Parts: sequence; structure tokens; C-alpha cells
Amino acid sequence: MIPALFVFTYLAVVLYVGIFAFRRSSRHESAEDYFLASRSLGPAVFLFSLFGTNMTAFTILGSSGHAFSNGIVTFGLMASASALIIPLTLFFIGTRLWALGKRFGFMTPVQFFRDRWECGHIGTVISVVQAALLVPYIIIGMMGGGSTLSAISGGWIPYWLGGATVALVVMGYVFFGGMRGTAWVNTLQTILFLSFGVAALFVIGSGMGGFREAAEGMLGSPATAPLLTRERISPWFFLSYTFIPLSTIAFPHINIFCLTARRMQQFKPTVILYPICLLAIWLPSVFLGVMANRATEVPSIATKLEARKTLAAQGSALPPEERSRLRQTAAGDDVIVLLLNHYAPVWLAGLLGAGIMAAVMASDSQILALSTMFTEDVFAFYGGKVRFGPAAQVHTGRIFVLGLTAVAYLIALRAPASIFELAVQYAFSGYSSLFPLLVAALFWKGSTKWGALASTLWTVVAVVAVAVFQYSVPAPHSGPATTVWTLFGAPALSRTPGGTAVFGLMPVVPMVLISMLLMVTVSFLTRKPGEQTLRRYFSRMNETAHQTGSGRQLVANMVE
Amino acid sequence: MRFIFTSIVITVYLLHQDLWFWQTAQPLVFGFLPIGLFYHAVFCLLCSAVMLLLVKFAWPVQFDEAASALLPEDEGR
Repeated sequence: MIPALFVFTYLAVVLYVGIFAFRRSSRHESAEDYFLASRSLGPAVFLFSLFGTNMTAFTILGSSGHAFSNGIVTFGLMASASALIIPLTLFFIGTRLWALGKRFGFMTPVQFFRDRWECGHIGTVISVVQAALLVPYIIIGMMGGGSTLSAISGGWIPYWLGGATVALVVMGYVFFGGMRGTAWVNTLQTILFLSFGVAALFVIGSGMGGFREAAEGMLGSPATAPLLTRERISPWFFLSYTFIPLSTIAFPHINIFCLTARRMQQFKPTVILYPICLLAIWLPSVFLGVMANRATEVPSIATKLEARKTLAAQGSALPPEERSRLRQTAAGDDVIVLLLNHYAPVWLAGLLGAGIMAAVMASDSQILALSTMFTEDVFAFYGGKVRFGPAAQVHTGRIFVLGLTAVAYLIALRAPASIFELAVQYAFSGYSSLFPLLVAALFWKGSTKWGALASTLWTVVAVVAVAVFQYSVPAPHSGPATTVWTLFGAPALSRTPGGTAVFGLMPVVPMVLISMLLMVTVSFLTRKPGEQTLRRYFSRMNETAHQTGSGRQLVANMVE
Repeated sequence: MRFIFTSIVITVYLLHQDLWFWQTAQPLVFGFLPIGLFYHAVFCLLCSAVMLLLVKFAWPVQFDEAASALLPEDEGR
């Protein structure tokens, strides 16, 4: 019960942060202030908040769970690849988006696409696809909030009440605080992560009698030694995973967040320190997940290990229901909570519970991003701002936040989590597949709206196709993949225990490559934007700085 | 300069694919950290160093100057 009190204190603090942010902004409230904090975030808030925005429940719970089952490979797949790719995309794309947003007043990527490619409804299609890929995250966040609060309180708080509490708190600080409140909460969340990840490592390490003995014990056992290497994973699969972090800058809540910095200089500490923040949070989570394989004195972990052993020994001989039950028992998403409950003092378990809660509540920035997209890309674009005035735009954004959170909560109460987990899994690939849009718009004069539309439609087709494939072809319980289609004797399309493989690679690779190919070929075949538009984007920035006023006017005209 | 930085980034990307530590956990660094995990932890630090180089020597100054010109006087860099 004490950990639950820590969590409730945390929830009260973040709600207060949202209201405090509202009081700070109420004097000059405009769409730019509510949705982008008046592009005024300072360097520390920008770094911590951008990082926190990108950290979800998966960072602590999922990463340690994945490491519990798959070993140290988790860090190379999900953390170190991101340590290179994400700062690079922030450096090359984030900075340019910020500069264009500052010059022309853009608040969403679709506003930029509409102006850059001289399009209207194609922008709406892109916005709808982006939104559709983001919604499952929000629902998963609600589900995670309900189950985490219920678990932390030892079942004292039922799932529905936990979910409702989290939904109300998130809704509260996003509704009142907008981007400013969300950024401050994310900053608090990141500081919690950074502080308590390392603390947990020391406390659990000392509880286990030091990691040296545990690591040597794992090395000595044939069942656990492979978890300390990457021998169970193909280097091609490992390589293809580096395409996943391309999705980060394409996520609307990230690229919209890039517009909130007060100055471009603020990207400097962010790109330099981002890999170190990743290291500080992921290394303890992954390492503890791996070491949990030696924590057999924790009864629930011993049960998980037993279930895994049974699956490995008799997997194919077991009936499907039994296999599914064992797989659920062996899953490690809660190992870090179990380790803490066993080894950490109550106060630390409570603080870490608050940290986990902070991660679960990462849906805040996604809700705000969807609200920004709706009010800017749809409401304002189709005449709402002109008809009802700028104040109505902010009210619409707030009503959208209320409606979206309520709908997400109701869906989270009724729908099975597995559907949304699958959707989230492929949303990453989907956003990676939309990455060429940003690159083409920023760096290639010859790109056209039709190329952008082709890439977007391809993304939709590919995400749906992979989801249908995974739904219709059952996953092998372990071992070699089930090959469904061969080409020249090579397995072209396979169902693996964890997903799908295309020529041994993750589907994200062909998705991104074909998206790029479509952008290039369709753009070559179609009419380019007018000379004036191209000059505005591709003449030297400092020569055209004086055009800013006309740029802003142009966007205003387009929107109106 | 552009060629040098492109080469550095490609080299670092290739270093992520550390086939040389694929099959082995030893040595255990500090007595408990498998070498493959330690390598990728150091890789993160290397990424940070590369970003520092990019920020110092390849910062898109023209975007920065153009956008900073829009800031109020007291907020100039």
C-alpha cells in the first residue's frame, strides 16, 4: 500500500504542475502558446522533456522483460542503435524543422508539407495516417496505467479505477497545461528515471549478493549462458533493427516537440547528451532484466523460469492453450517490479513505482500532438479558425483532449490488449516508412505531393498487410521460422516467433526502401511545386530571412 | 569536411554491428558485465562524442542565423 501512496503523491504533483503551467500561460493564451508553449522551452526542459516524451512504459518494464527472455541483445537492438540514429535525425531534421517552424509559423509537420508541396487534401491524408498510427499508443498507455496502479496497490485499486485515475490526471494536466505542462511533467519523469534506475541497480545488486556471482552462474549454465551473448539472433536481423529508430523523428509528438525550443542552440546539448541519457536508463534496465534469470529466490521469477523450461522441453507437444498459458507465465514484463519488491526497501519500491507510473503516462504528449494536428490540420485548415476565431481553436483543442482521453479509456476497458500491442509494434515500422517524407521535403527540391501520397499509401498498405499476415499465420512457438513464401530457393516471407521476416530482415527494411523508391519515382513523373515555393525553401536561408513575414502570411492565407 | 563527417558516421554505424563479440560473453568487464553489453555501453559514449564533433564543426549555421534573426533583441544568441 505504501508504494501506492508514493504513486498518488506523484499523480498529485503532476496535476499541480499542469495547473501551475496553466496559470503561467493564461495571460496570453493563443494556439501557439497552448500547443507549443510559445516556442519558449529552455535547454534543460527541452532536453529532458524530449527524452521523456520518447520514453514509454516499454523503457523500464518492456526492456527488462525483453532482456529477461532474450538477453543482452536487447541493449544493442533498442538502445545503442537509437543512441546513434535518434540524435542524428534530431541534428539533421529536427533543427531544420525548428528553423522552418520559426520562419513560417508551422505548428505541425503537415502544415509544412502543405506549403512545401503546394497541397491541401493530400496533407489531410498524411495527417489522418499519422493519427491512426498514434492512437493505439494512447490506448496502450491507458491500459498500462490501469494495470500498473492495480499491481502497485496489490490489487487494492481495481483496473478500471486505476485506468480512470490515470486518464483523469493526464487529461487534467494536458487540458490545463498544454505543451508547457506536458513538457514540465516529462522533465520530472526523466529526472525520476535517471535517478532511480541507477539506485535500483545498486539496491538489487547488493540484495542479490553482488552481480559477479550471478553473472558467473549464468555463464556456467547452458540454459542461461546464451543470454550473455547474441548467438541466438541473426546479424541481419540485428542490422535491420537499426531502421526502427528512424521512426522517432517521424512521430508527430516528437517532430511537433522540436518546434518548442526557444533557440536552435538548444538542440546542441540535446543531441550530445541524448546517447548518455539512453545509456543511463537502458543499461540498468537491461542488465537487471538479464540478471533476473539468477533471482530464483524470488518465487514469481522461479515460476517464470520453470514455465520457460517446460516450454523449451515440451513446447510443440503441448496443446495450444497450455502453450499460451506458459508463454504468458514466462513473460518478463514485471521482473523489475518483482526484483524491487523483493530486494528494495519499501520507500525505494514506492519511488520506483512512481517512476514506472511516469513512464506509463507517456501518452500525454501523444494526446497533445493529436489535438494539435486536429485543430491545425483539420479545424483551422477547413475554415474553423476563420469562422469561429483563434480562441475557439484553443477551446477546440481542449475539447479534443477531453474527448480523445475519454474514448481511449472506454476502449481500454473493453478491448483486448493484444490487438493494440500488435498495432503499436507495427506503428514503429509505419513511422519509419513515413521518414522519407521528411527527408524529401527538407532536402530534395524535386520531391512532389504525389510522391508523398504514394509513400503514405504504401505505408498504410504495408502496415495492414503485415498485421493481417501475423494474425493469419500462427507464430512458431520457438526455433526456426515458418516459411510461407520462397523466392529462388531463399525464404522470402517467414513467420518468426516474434513477428515477420522478409528475406531474413525485419519488415521495416522493405517498408522504408519501397517508400523511398516510391517517393523518388512518383516525384520524377509528376509536376514539381512552383518556382516561388522552391526558392523560399532552397535559396540560402540567410538570404531569405527577410521573407519571414511573407512566409508567415502565406501560411496564414493557406490556413484561412 | 562533409566527406570526413559522412565517413565518421558510416564507420560508427558499422561499428554497431560488432560481429567480433557476437558469440562470446567473456571477458566479464568489472567481473560481471558481459563484453558485448560493455561494448555497446561504450558505443553510446562514442555516439555522444560524434554528436559533439558534429555540433562543433558541422552545425547548420545558416538555419541558426536566419531563425535567430527573428528572436527579440534581448534573446539573441
